[in-house]
Amino acid sequence: MAEPILELKNVTSAYGRIKAIKDVSLKVYPGEVVSIIGANGAGKSTTLMSICGVLKPEAGEVWYDGQRIDGLASDLLPPRGLCQVPEGRRIFPRLTVEENLDMGAFFRRDAANIEHDKNRVFQMFPILLERRKQHGGTLSGGEQQMLAMGRALMGRPRLLLLDEPSLGLAPLIVQQIFRIIREINESDGVTVILVEQNANLALKSSSRGYVLETGNVVMEDDAAALLANPDIRKAYLGE
Amino acid sequence: MEFFLQQLVNGITLGGVYALVALGYTMVYGIIQLINFAHGEIYAAGGYMGVILISWLFAQGFPPYVCLGAALVLAMGYCALLAMAVEKLAYKPLRQSSRLSVLLSALGMSIFLQNGLMLTQGVYDRAYPGEMVQGGFELGSVMLSYMQIIIVGVTALLLVALNLLVFKTRIGKAMRATAQDKTMSALVGINSSRIISLTFAIGAGLAAAAGIMVGLYYGSVRYDMGFVPGVKAFSAAVLGGIGNITGAMLGGLIIGMIEVFAAGYISSEYKDVFAFIILIAVLYFMPTGIMGENVDDTRV
Amino acid sequence: MTIRASKLWFGYAVAMAWFYVLLWPLLGIKASGLEFAKSFAIWGKVAVAAAVLLVLYQLKGAGAFGFMQRPASVVGKAAGVFARRVPTWLSLSLVVACAVAFPFFTERYAHDVAISVLVYIILGLGLNVVVGLAGLLDLGYIAFFGVGAYTYALLSVHFGISFWLCLPIAGCFSALAGCLIGYPTLRMRGDYLAIVTLGFGEIVRIVINNWMSLTNGPNGILGIKAPGMYWYNGTSFEHIWLNSLEQLYYIILALAVFTVLAVYRLNYSRIGRAFEAVREDQTAAELMGVNTLRIKLLAYALGAVFGGLAGTFFAARMKFVSPESFTFIESAMVLAMVVLGGMGSIPGVILGALALIALPEVFRGFELYRMFVFGGVMAGMMLFRPSGLWPAKRMGVRSEERE
Repeated sequence: MAEPILELKNVTSAYGRIKAIKDVSLKVYPGEVVSIIGANGAGKSTTLMSICGVLKPEAGEVWYDGQRIDGLASDLLPPRGLCQVPEGRRIFPRLTVEENLDMGAFFRRDAANIEHDKNRVFQMFPILLERRKQHGGTLSGGEQQMLAMGRALMGRPRLLLLDEPSLGLAPLIVQQIFRIIREINESDGVTVILVEQNANLALKSSSRGYVLETGNVVMEDDAAALLANPDIRKAYLGE
Repeated sequence: MEFFLQQLVNGITLGGVYALVALGYTMVYGIIQLINFAHGEIYAAGGYMGVILISWLFAQGFPPYVCLGAALVLAMGYCALLAMAVEKLAYKPLRQSSRLSVLLSALGMSIFLQNGLMLTQGVYDRAYPGEMVQGGFELGSVMLSYMQIIIVGVTALLLVALNLLVFKTRIGKAMRATAQDKTMSALVGINSSRIISLTFAIGAGLAAAAGIMVGLYYGSVRYDMGFVPGVKAFSAAVLGGIGNITGAMLGGLIIGMIEVFAAGYISSEYKDVFAFIILIAVLYFMPTGIMGENVDDTRV
Repeated sequence: MTIRASKLWFGYAVAMAWFYVLLWPLLGIKASGLEFAKSFAIWGKVAVAAAVLLVLYQLKGAGAFGFMQRPASVVGKAAGVFARRVPTWLSLSLVVACAVAFPFFTERYAHDVAISVLVYIILGLGLNVVVGLAGLLDLGYIAFFGVGAYTYALLSVHFGISFWLCLPIAGCFSALAGCLIGYPTLRMRGDYLAIVTLGFGEIVRIVINNWMSLTNGPNGILGIKAPGMYWYNGTSFEHIWLNSLEQLYYIILALAVFTVLAVYRLNYSRIGRAFEAVREDQTAAELMGVNTLRIKLLAYALGAVFGGLAGTFFAARMKFVSPESFTFIESAMVLAMVVLGGMGSIPGVILGALALIALPEVFRGFELYRMFVFGGVMAGMMLFRPSGLWPAKRMGVRSEERE
């Protein structure tokens, strides 16, 4: 087995005095799509925030690409190929669609390739091309999600973290998004970590999954196995 | 009618100055939600650097306009360094502290800088030596002094340059992105600390230019020249919509106009009061300002 | 040298370089030419002082002062234990006794300083109600001082009303002013509130300065009467003026004691609780049934009353008022006192007043540097000791911080 592209070793992170994740360990290998599922407040977003330096872990280590990144400032990660689409999209509301995409490539210096990537994003999400001069804040939820993903892709990530991409979106749009996720994983080899409340959707798109409950990893298995697991089905798949 | 036109000219001139200073307040508030009390003293420092540099350059034998140009550039650079130092020393360490703490720190720095100017430059007005840029001409029945033309010209130039920077360049977009969502901008690879420093530097440069020109216009500078204009410029920023760059430019012009017209038609002793009243009125009736706010209202 | 030490000294070098670059243009560019001597002299002194502090700091970190620190902390702990054993009423009576006996052991100059200190203590305690208890950052507090002073000045000069009668009248006027100034700010967020109160303070000053017919403008009002009293001299009651410094000292001492008692009672009253609730979390307070708007107005009004009382005394003592005494710098100084001493803490504010008024008198020669140091201290306190010299016992987290 190749070296994991991302590894968390016993990471504990807290918001103030509340420990949001405790002793979380996980591994993601290059080219995989891995899901992290769990109920609201289980610590899924906290995990992603801890990886990306928004939250500094109290204990444990985060390894990316063979180097420790816990405690590093967030802005040092995209140049290394680690990009996140956080919960709630968080597109820049008073920048235009095009400017949002430009920001995704801010740290890059190769102008020609940036143009090429931008065109590719417009191909993936034609609606963004239509709205390219509109302010991000005027877009619908689904369009914003596409914009957020496009912005992340502008960074040519090797590891993409997606926090609740389906939240609040119409099923058709969700399908489109997940199709894109599959596409970038299969054709560009982008490793994807998918944090989702919609466990069904997430596991169907992944090869492996982690289950978080009140800050702890309670289960880790192949996605198919998790989908078949009766406890998981009862708790998260609505049986 | 001539009186009205004259006041119009004066109002545009003053409005331009307020706009330049207001931009510093608005950009800093937009990005870190701080009322930078020390900004008024940066403006004053710019005024002093104007006197110091122009006097020196003039004594070396350079023609007046070269003196002005060089002094502008040097003073803007100096004030940019000063503002960055203040940020690094008194604001950056308090990023995780309460809003009150950093506000009090800003207040402390304001007093510190103002008195620093007094200690190094003296309590009394410091005047420009001899005749610098005198005279003007009449356009119809309106008096336009050369200095006014320079002020309006330089202000317009700087405002256009700022607009280009903020709306058309990569770094300008990064500044706007950081002001809208600091966390997310970091997640796309923008170093928010550097952007914040840059914001302070640019705001300071603009204020320095304003300070020099005001000093030249009145012929002298004083260590406390930054206090009242500072509050007025902040009022202008709020009027236009805090954090909103176009708003600050507009707000500055409006406040300048109101002040000049109120002084001309109503009462000149109470002219300062008008800006304060506008500030209170705007914050009471329309806190988001004319063009809307532009701040980072995200959590985490 | 350890890595940490070399980083520290590198930072020092960078900081000193920046400092010189910023200092030199202000001192060294003259029309006659560029000079470096004067700025270098100042820079040198600062650099050496900073280096010494840095060395001391490093030594302390390495434990070099252990031989002093351990016995010092033992003594400190013992003193603390002893102090706690002494009942509060005893230590307070001691303080009051000292204060009362003070004029007998000192001369004129000290009386003068003491009177100033007491005036500022009242101001500080009044501002403390607004800023420390209720959490409203008022940068125009001195306006209430001015309202009180001018109220007494006008009533005394035009109508001959006595000082004692004017005290409550000025108090009422100040309270009214407090309500007027507070009303527009009720729904504003913290930093906006600060600048609006600053604006109001300036408006009051400008109006006083320009309304010649009422206030005589920048010339001020002369001929204010000192406090008067009826004194039984053995045969009849005669009216005397309390003019001497000692008499004034006792009056202001009484006012100060009154203020301390009032603020103390306020602190531990239902209203005080409401103030703190509003300070900590306005939304939560509202939900608990606290009428936050009324409470905030009350805070302004109560704080203003003390300012007005102090102002009345000030006018009586100086026998002259002018707008010069009521500038923003004065507001900032009172705020600095509250911040330095510890917001919300009564002994802290007293300590702050002593530090900011009495201490500079000791360093008389450095009069010019006073505000310069103030500014630096205020910023520095936020960096190193935001809770103040004598922190209040209850300090929570402001609701704004969590946003």
